[in-house]
Amino acid sequence: MSDQTLGAGPKRIDGRLKVTGKAPYAADHALDNTAYGYGVFSTISRGRIVSLELDAARAMPGVIEIFHHGNFPALHHTPSSMAKGNKVEETRLPFEDEQVYYDGQFVALVVAERFDQARAAARAVKVRYEEEIPRANLEQGVKAHGTKKGKGNHSRGDADGAFERGAHQIDVTYTTPVETHNPMEMHSTLAHWPDGRLQVFESSQGVVQQKGAMAKIFNLAPHKVEVISTFIGSGFGSKLWMWPHAVAAAAASREIKRPVELVVPRQQMFTTTGHRPETKQTLKLATDDQGRLIALSHHSVSTTSYTDQYVETCGSVTKSLYSCDNVSITHRTTEVNRGTPTSMRAPGAAPGLFALESAIDEMALEAGIDPLTFRLDQFAERDESQDLPFSSNHIKETAERAAEQFGWHQRNPTVGSMRDGREIVGYGMAACNWEAIKRPCDAHVALRADGTVYASCATQDIGTGTYTIVAQTLVELTGVPFERIEVELGDTSYPKGPISGGSWTTATTLPAIAEATRHAIDELKTRAVRSGGPFEGVDVEALTFDNGVLSFDGKRMPFAEALSTMKLANAEGEAHTEGADTSKYSYRSFGTHFVEVRWDPLLANLRVARVVSAIDVGRVMNEKTARNQVEGAVVMGIGMAMFERTEYDPRTARVVNNNYAEYLVPVHADQPEVDVILLDYPDTAFNEFGARGIGEIGITGLAAAVANAVYHATGVRVRELPITKEALMGAV
Amino acid sequence: MQSFELIRPESVKDAIGAQSERSAFIGGGTTLVDLMKLGVMQPDHVVDTNRLGLDEIEALDDGRLKIGARVSNSRLAIDARVERDYPVLSQALLSGASTGLRNMATTAGNVMQRTRCPYFRDPAKPCNKREPGTGCSAMDGINRNHAVLGTSEHCIATHPSDMCVAMAAIGATVVVEGRKGTREIPFEDFHLLPGDHPEREHDLRSDELITHVVLDAPLEGAVSTYLKLRDRASYEFALASCAAIVTLEGTKVTAARIALGGVATKPWRAVDAEAALVGEEATAKMFEQVALLAFQRAMPLEHNAFKVELGQQAIARALRDAVQQASQGEHQ
Ligand SMILES: Cc1cc2nc3c(=O)[nH]c(=O)nc-3n(C[C@H](O)[C@H](O)[C@H](O)COP(=O)(O)OP(=O)(O)OC[C@H]3O[C@@H](n4cnc5c(N)ncnc54)[C@H](O)[C@@H]3O)c2cc1C
Ligand code: SF4
Repeated sequence: MSDQTLGAGPKRIDGRLKVTGKAPYAADHALDNTAYGYGVFSTISRGRIVSLELDAARAMPGVIEIFHHGNFPALHHTPSSMAKGNKVEETRLPFEDEQVYYDGQFVALVVAERFDQARAAARAVKVRYEEEIPRANLEQGVKAHGTKKGKGNHSRGDADGAFERGAHQIDVTYTTPVETHNPMEMHSTLAHWPDGRLQVFESSQGVVQQKGAMAKIFNLAPHKVEVISTFIGSGFGSKLWMWPHAVAAAAASREIKRPVELVVPRQQMFTTTGHRPETKQTLKLATDDQGRLIALSHHSVSTTSYTDQYVETCGSVTKSLYSCDNVSITHRTTEVNRGTPTSMRAPGAAPGLFALESAIDEMALEAGIDPLTFRLDQFAERDESQDLPFSSNHIKETAERAAEQFGWHQRNPTVGSMRDGREIVGYGMAACNWEAIKRPCDAHVALRADGTVYASCATQDIGTGTYTIVAQTLVELTGVPFERIEVELGDTSYPKGPISGGSWTTATTLPAIAEATRHAIDELKTRAVRSGGPFEGVDVEALTFDNGVLSFDGKRMPFAEALSTMKLANAEGEAHTEGADTSKYSYRSFGTHFVEVRWDPLLANLRVARVVSAIDVGRVMNEKTARNQVEGAVVMGIGMAMFERTEYDPRTARVVNNNYAEYLVPVHADQPEVDVILLDYPDTAFNEFGARGIGEIGITGLAAAVANAVYHATGVRVRELPITKEALMGAV
Repeated sequence: MQSFELIRPESVKDAIGAQSERSAFIGGGTTLVDLMKLGVMQPDHVVDTNRLGLDEIEALDDGRLKIGARVSNSRLAIDARVERDYPVLSQALLSGASTGLRNMATTAGNVMQRTRCPYFRDPAKPCNKREPGTGCSAMDGINRNHAVLGTSEHCIATHPSDMCVAMAAIGATVVVEGRKGTREIPFEDFHLLPGDHPEREHDLRSDELITHVVLDAPLEGAVSTYLKLRDRASYEFALASCAAIVTLEGTKVTAARIALGGVATKPWRAVDAEAALVGEEATAKMFEQVALLAFQRAMPLEHNAFKVELGQQAIARALRDAVQQASQGEHQ
């Protein structure tokens, strides 16, 4: 195996560009005559705009135009269909009317010659509102108007009846706060209209969807729109779907007939580009007298906006992780005055598994069984929610191997019994789980006469390493090394690719790349055996292609030479691959986390000291980037467990901690030793490479593992994230 | 950010001459520029202090240490005299912000840094400190990070500095220069309690420039520690912090300086606790007792009640850690 083929761990092929500052991110692209936009953002959360005083701002230096609901061009809604490739999360257009639905909503856009001029003028715009009392949080939303049915509900057997019969029962409620994606790179759009076509540079996890949505919104033929996102400073889900700023920039550019760049300020990334919604989850579990789960209900309510229903499907994993005959899963939503929520790393599963895997721990303790044993005995053998076998499931092995590595068996189960100096040590564990999805995908590959291989696809590399694993696929199939491979992603002028989300990019993109490569090789062979070709007359089936060399009967010729001989620039292959067949198997990824926490009761200090995670994601395509995804997700999970919480003032629904100093994410000093075990069992029922995807699974269950360890250390069962000092103070 | 004029004087005299009600001095800019971008501070003129010298650290004959206004937090923290005579200051500085910020931040700027109260930082919200008379949004709002000591009904914002907590414990003098000449202000009088006028944060007149901070001579034979408690391990303001300096004779405390951060509206000397400790045995139990005294007059609110206990823990542990050094012979 070369160190560049699939399964090896080569460094990112774009790494050097990034660390030398040469990788162009959306706002780095420079177009002549660019004007800069800056938003005026609502300072109320519910009500309407009565008037805008613009004169002072208009008179300021450099101001070109100020857009608002009174003069914004009439546009159209997108039907917002993912299948049709035009999904957005917030369907309302910016400046559509005078209504204000959330704090930090665009109420005007100043466009000026320079960024600082636009910002200064935006500050000078005075907005008068008629303010109504907002619904600032889940509790207020439910109180005001109850809940609405959401998607993803499931029921089998009779969960309530079985619960009543249970020998051991728990009936508990967990809550999780709003969490906000905080990628380093802020959302940004650079839009212009060369020859009546719309070209957009965007920090996007889904250029194809943004193109489709833009075409609908601006009523353009799809080929008149191009969206480009070659490098992304991460997104965590917030950049899957286009947000109002992109529409605002594109419209402004059309009106003033100049390129317009619009960067969303950090504060507004807390308001108008999505967030993980607040959840309240009630779990009712019961076992029989042997400790076997006989009832499992998971009922959740999550917050959504007044403009769109976004459902955080907290019970998505609960359906199938454990074997249980009587299951009831419901998802409901309540509207609050916040922007529309969106997917954040492992949507549904991240908050859902905090609740489920905490509840399983509580259930095991209630039934008097070691939490590891309880789980090992009851992990589902098949997907009981769909009545299908799993394509490949090694969750027990993940639990056993991680337990061994971690030293779970040395754990003294008595609460607070393990001490080390001033600190009390707690051990906790939790399962992790995530769906595996493969979507349709197109790709283009060319073997070129200069000896290089080229591939393109309109998916994106959001920092996860997609460029690199596409290149690895080409190395594997053509034998050509990285130095002679060119991969282009993130532009809708390439063949249609998937969003970079749902952990489905790898499973979706690589089979299409491989198929296109094979077509390119076939094309090469077909040409080579034709008259005038270097292998004229040879049976095409008998001609082989190996390590970049065509050969037949002792005659060998590198493909570059063959193409040159034929005076051809290249041999190309196009491919369209379909999504996975979901009728025979349930495809999921599995894993287990073990966490050691340390609680210093005399300093009210909690820290995560050690994490061991074993993950089963099918074949590991790149050891380095795969491990990096799990380590990163574990660190993000520590943030979810202990720090992250977007705070809204309960009176105004306005975000209070909208900056890096007060919205806490883990810093280096919070990062423990993280030991990742990758099982690497190819899941060939899923796709030819046997890879499922690894971006999200690592965060699922981590917060529960921390909370379970905290219980072991302190005896305090924290059912509300994040786990704060004050929740633990006063513990024994 | 509104337009402003940058003035770059070459002498203290010119700097003072350029200063007015509508202007602001700039040191490292890590507080000022942030607040200008948020529209909270809107000076018409920004007077740069970076060409004024004032960047020396000078040992005075009477044993005191004179620190120029422009000495950066990073440099001050690793100055050999500070590390030797005032380790508590070095620790406090290094526990603050991040390396990048400390490289920019100046001594005077740190003394003058503004609160992190989120409502103060949001011009759309009422705030007595930012706009006197408009009300205090934090009182009935989200106040987990706010003060429990030294508050008034008009403002409950903390002074966020770590450096100042150590200086309060050490004892210092703020040297200022204005059109009428030089003044020396005892450190404990420099920052003001919010009272009825939370907009007045310090005893500095509008034409005055901080030129130096002079640290009192170190206490002979003292041991000390700075302890900072927060949610994450680094790069966060204190929820509660304590600078403790103690001298001992055998196992008896002969002098004690206890200053608190994160819990009070200004760098806070816990004088009751200090008084109670002097002459007593240096035991963990005693430390816990005096820690209670420090919070006798605490005024906890909806979200910050835990700071009372956290602050007490900080005092007790800081004293223990300091005294432990004495028993290990690590005198400063
Ligand atoms: C993200 C973040 C995290 C932080 N974390 C911490 C922390 O954990 N602990 C901590 O202690 N601090 C922290 N800080 C605050 C930091 O220490 C201060 O911003 C810094 O000390 C200010 O110094 P400066 O020189 O940059 O001040 P500037 O921003 O230049 O000025 C601050 C104020 O002082 C005035 N001023 C400056 N020089 C003079 C002078 N010579 N005379 C009179 N007035 C003057 C200015 O007009 C202004 O009002 C943090 C800051 C940030 C942005
Ligand atoms: S605590 Fe002080 S700074 Fe904060 S809102 Fe109230 S008055 Fe303003």
